[in-house]
Amino acid sequence: MAAPPGPESIALLERFVAALKAQGVVTEEEIAEQIARTDRASPEIGARMVARAWTDPAYRELLLRDGSAAAEQMGVSMAGAPPLGVLEDTDTLHHLVVCTLCSCYPRMVLGYPPHWYKSAAYRARAVRDPRGVLAEWGTVLPDGMELRVVDSTADYRWMVLPQRPAGTEGWDETRLASLVTRDALVGVTLPMVAERAAA
Amino acid sequence: MQDDAPPPATHDLGGAPRFRCTPVEPDDAAPPDAFGKRVDALRQLLARKGLMSVDELRRGVEAIPEAEYHALGYYERWLRSISGIMVEKGVVPAEALKP
Repeated sequence: MAAPPGPESIALLERFVAALKAQGVVTEEEIAEQIARTDRASPEIGARMVARAWTDPAYRELLLRDGSAAAEQMGVSMAGAPPLGVLEDTDTLHHLVVCTLCSCYPRMVLGYPPHWYKSAAYRARAVRDPRGVLAEWGTVLPDGMELRVVDSTADYRWMVLPQRPAGTEGWDETRLASLVTRDALVGVTLPMVAERAAA
Repeated sequence: MQDDAPPPATHDLGGAPRFRCTPVEPDDAAPPDAFGKRVDALRQLLARKGLMSVDELRRGVEAIPEAEYHALGYYERWLRSISGIMVEKGVVPAEALKP
């Protein structure tokens, strides 16, 4: 769990906001609106994009060619956001996304990054011991599957297109989307049918 | 890495051996606390108003000395960076941020 901010930081934030307001730079209403706007983005958007790609070959092609355009097609405004790239998992290749330098994350389609994504341990180990990191989520890749780790940057953000699990034939988009978690979109887990069905 | 290569900067954590045995705590919830959301919103607002970029945020975070970098929380680092940059640019007076 992230530690709460220290009292000096809380006091600095109060002074900083007061100074910005005094200079006419921001208003309390603008801050509240911005928080509300950011809160609306969530991994459900990314999950819907994946579910559509699983059922609609034309959308899949667009998603892999131009992730930002595919997000816009789902009604997400990507204005001002860095381009979104989408990494296609296959029978022989799995992707894992990290930002070793900071916390770059496709926020428009996944919401706020989780604390662990920003942690020193994840950033350091995802590139050195990625299979060990996956094991902490209980994710074990089949023998022989290549694992490619991709570093997100300030200028380009990545999301994983996992493989559609077996046993989902005939499922509609909504049901398929329910299998796709935030963690699967980063690549630390795989979409699972049995686990969800039992839940 | 070559022997004469400079050591990586504080924020450049990819492969850093000191965290080799540190577990990742996978079950943390994503939304930050109220402090974090407010800092996050300020950064976006200041960017939209053309007053700072993500690269400037990063420069400010990366300039934090190593001991402080690891002692501060994520959005505490952001606040240090953002408030420092706004002083640098003359958007807010330095005195206004002093206790």
